[in-house]
Order: sequence, then C-alpha cells, then structure tokens
Amino acid sequence: MSMRLREELEAYLFLLPWILGFLIFLVGPLAASLYFSLADYNILQPPKLVGLANYQTMFADDPLFLKSLRITAIYTFASVPLIVTLGYLVALLLNQKVRGLAVWRTIFYLPAVVSGVAVAVMWVWVFDPDGGIVNNLLRLVGIEGPAWFTDPDWALTTLILTSLWGIGGGMVVYLAGMQGVPTHLYEACELDGGGTWNRFRHVTLPMTTPVIFFNLLIGIIGSWQVFTNAFVITNGGPANATLFYVLFLYRQGWKYHKMGYASALAWVLFFIILIFTIVVFKTSGWVYYESDQADQSK
Amino acid sequence: MSTQLQSLPAWRQRRSVHMVMTHTLYYLILATVGTMLMVPFLWMVVSSVKAEHEIFSIPTTWIPERIRWENYTHALESFPFFRSLLNTLFITVSVIVGRLLSTSLAAYAFARMRFRLRTPLFVLVLSTLMIPYHVTLIPTYILFTRLGWIDTFLPLIVPNWLGLGAFYIFLLRQFFMTVPSEMNDAARIDGCSHFGIFARVILPLSIPALATVTIFTFLEQWNDFLAPIIYLNSPDKHTLAIAIQFYRQSASGAGWGPVRTWAHLMVVSLLTMAPCLLLFFFAQRYFIQGVVISGVKG
Repeated sequence: MSMRLREELEAYLFLLPWILGFLIFLVGPLAASLYFSLADYNILQPPKLVGLANYQTMFADDPLFLKSLRITAIYTFASVPLIVTLGYLVALLLNQKVRGLAVWRTIFYLPAVVSGVAVAVMWVWVFDPDGGIVNNLLRLVGIEGPAWFTDPDWALTTLILTSLWGIGGGMVVYLAGMQGVPTHLYEACELDGGGTWNRFRHVTLPMTTPVIFFNLLIGIIGSWQVFTNAFVITNGGPANATLFYVLFLYRQGWKYHKMGYASALAWVLFFIILIFTIVVFKTSGWVYYESDQADQSK
Repeated sequence: MSTQLQSLPAWRQRRSVHMVMTHTLYYLILATVGTMLMVPFLWMVVSSVKAEHEIFSIPTTWIPERIRWENYTHALESFPFFRSLLNTLFITVSVIVGRLLSTSLAAYAFARMRFRLRTPLFVLVLSTLMIPYHVTLIPTYILFTRLGWIDTFLPLIVPNWLGLGAFYIFLLRQFFMTVPSEMNDAARIDGCSHFGIFARVILPLSIPALATVTIFTFLEQWNDFLAPIIYLNSPDKHTLAIAIQFYRQSASGAGWGPVRTWAHLMVVSLLTMAPCLLLFFFAQRYFIQGVVISGVKG
C-alpha cells in the first residue's frame, strides 16, 4: 500500500513541470482571456467590463472583421483541399515502384522543411511583377502576368498558390501509409480480377483514409492561423485583400492596444476551429478504420 | 530494355510496352512537379550571386555572367547575421532542452506509472491540443509585461520548460508504450527507482522519438515569427526571422536601389534557411520517421 502511495506521489513529481505550465500558461490565461474579452482593456488602465459589447461590435459593425473572416475561409477552402489532393496524387505516383524513390521524396519534401520569413521573402521576389521568375517565364510564352501580390484581385490567389509548395509534408505521410498497406489485400484484390483502378479504389484509398483525415484536420486548423506570410509578404494588403484573421487580431492587440477586443477575437477563433473540427469528425463516415490494424501499429 | 522486349512473347511485349509508356508518363509528371518545386530555390541561389544590372534583366538569365560572392560579404556587413544567429540558436537550443526534459518526464508518467488521475489528466493533455495559441497569448503577454520580461528571451523559453507542447507529450508517450515492459520489471527487481528506469532504460531506447521532438522543435523555433515579434524589441535581441523583416524594411527605406536589395535579401534568406536544410540532409531518416510516427500512427 505504501508502495502504491509512493508511486502515486512520484508520478505527480514527474508531472510537476507540466502541471505548473498547465496552471500558469493555460488555465490562468484562459480565464483571464475570457474576462478581457468581456472588457475594454488597453493595458494602461485596468479592464472595464462591457458585457458582450466586443462580440456585438465584431458582428454588427466591424466590416474588417467580417472581411478577415471571409478571406481566411476562402483560403482554407481553396488551399487545404488542393494541398491534400495534390500531395496524395504525388504519393500515389511514388508508390508505383518508381526508381530513385529516396531522391524523389527528398525533392518533394524539401520545401516543407523551410518556412517563415526567409520563405516569405523568397516568394515576394519569385512573384515580383517585373524581375520575378514567374512573370519572366510567362513572358517567354507571350503572356504578360499579373502583379500577383500587389494586385488586390490576385494577392489571395497568389498566397494560395504559394501554399502548394508545401505538398511534400503531407505526401510523405500518405506514402508511408500506402507502403504500410498489407500486400495480401492487393493479392486478394487481384484474385478477384481487380485491375489498377480497383486496387486503388478498394484497397489503397480505403486503407489510407485515416491518414487523409489526419492531414485534412491539421491543414484546416493550421490555415486558420496563417500569420507570417500575411504579415511579411502583403501585410494584409493591397486594399486589405489578404487581411488574414490572426493578422487582424494582432493589429487590434499590438497596434491599436485593444486587448479586450483582441481577446474576444481569439475566442471566436477558438470556436471557429472547434466547429470545423467537430464538422470534420461528424462527416468522417468515409474514414475506414480497421481495428486490427490500429492495434498492430505502434 | 529493348533486348528484353524482343525475347518476350507478343502479348507480354504489348503489356510491357504499355508498362514502359505509363512509367515514362509517371516520370514526366514527377519531373515536372519536382522542377516546379525546385525553381524557387534555384531562383534564390542564382539571384544571390547576380550583379545589380542582371537582377531585373529581361529575358531572365539563369547563369550569371560572373558569380559574385562579394554579395555575401556585403550582405553580412549590412545585416546583423551573427548576432541574430546567436540569438536564434540560444533560444532554439534552450527550448529544445526544456521541452525534451519536461515532456519526456510527463510522457513517462502517463506511459509507465500507476496513479489515480492518470486517464483524466491524459485526456486533459490531449484536450489542450485544441486550444489555439492565440487564445492564451494576450494574458500571457500581460503576465510577462508585469514580470518585466519583455525584450528578454524568457517569454520564449520558460513556457517550454514547463511541459507546454501537449503534442510532444502524446508522441513520446506513444513511443514509450512500445518499449517492452519486461525491461521495466527487470530494472525494478534490480532495485531501480522510476527515475532510474526513465533515465537508464526508457530514454536510451527512445532516441528516435527524442530526435523527432528535437527536429520538430528546432524547425518550429527557428522559423517562429509571431512570438519573437511580440516579445523582442531591441535589435540586439532579434532572431534571424525578425532581423530579415527589419532588414527588408530598412533596405527599402534607406534609399538603396531595389536591385542591390534583392540580391542581398536572397543572401540573408538563404543563410537563414541553410541550417534547416542541412539538418534535413543529415537527419533525413529521423525527419521521415518523425512525420510518420506523428502522422500515420498518431
């Protein structure tokens, strides 16, 4: 009995850093954030409770909030399905016993290794209307390319295009999933007279749906939190065409010092992500789980 | 290939021709997509060694008339590279050490120790995965302001010493579970304490998982932008990511020709990406493995 008690106490000792972090950097800030979201707060003066006014302002008379919501939603709905589909297609090709798999995989995965400001600066130069490589190549075939990031009609589209550079991240996971499909399933399919299409439709695809599901979810959550590219490449412009949600939140907090309003925005973001997560889970009937398989995997 | 074809019967020949054609198509698609992904990198490298008048030349030159390494020395003279590199390294290494310690301790408790709140606490850890960083950002920022930690590295480091990073606790716990428990029991019989088992049995056997945590954390910290831009003000505290952003703004404001700016910007961006690329080439196995552990099995 004393052994049990000892182990119990020891366990909390192991968990002590996490428990402290959980209380100081999660529970405390969550409560404070909820409180701030119901207040007027500019850091200099103490918070003044205003009820739900922040949330009312947002939806009733802040066109920029609605705009940032729309922009981020468009980005999510365009970029995530494209990245998932293209990454999956490339993985399918690499799964066809091609030669030099390691080399191909390195080439496709490499862009996923780098990110942040350095990559953002690279994109600004790649899509530079005059000196950039994209418009230069287009000129070779006689097309005068748009101004990309500096054209309000093209800026968001261009950001979506640049996001496709990261298809390799998901691709590696799909490929690993495909290579983990037991060969006896393919053999069984072949015995039933199934060709390439049937093998894909009835073996590869169902067996890799959990991996697709995982990447879809991670992709949606990530796309609602886009910040660096919007800040560095376009700084929300031109004409607020790329005013992503988190950039809007950052400006409210650190440019205009409306910490109450920014906190309310953060909570709305939390609920948006929560709703997307729930919807993705609720509509996940297409995901195939073989419980056997789950037990075998480590 | 052709000699093989001649010795085969007609129907197999037709099938082989079909195979060769589809495989040629596969390689064509792979090469096209691969080239598209590599062009931005190549374009950066080429631009970084170009002369001023070549940068905006139309049509684009892929091979500079002369490789101007002096662009690199000039860029390093005007860009605080070593200061920012040192800052970034210091933050990244501190976060990695703290995260490895705190998350592996917590993961060990969840994987190997018996205590009454094990399941509810683990569910709590997982549920924190859903909370976006931005919800706790504002109160955390205010807390650090009150502590006088603004413009120090502490806000970037301390939370990671307290087990922040539920995803890594989950990942390590999954890995620790796969270590055969007989090893645990043997060590216990030999009079090993839980800490002894953790330090001398589990950790040495979990090098691949620890490497994964290290790599992911490295990339995340190296490229982070939001937290450094909020917490670090003075230029001698800047990380590479913010230093580039400031370099860019000052470059366009200081009356430099855009030409010179672009070559130099490509230099500093490349130098910032280089450690991530090097890490990838030297630890590719752990990269792929890590992506697979977290993506396929997670």
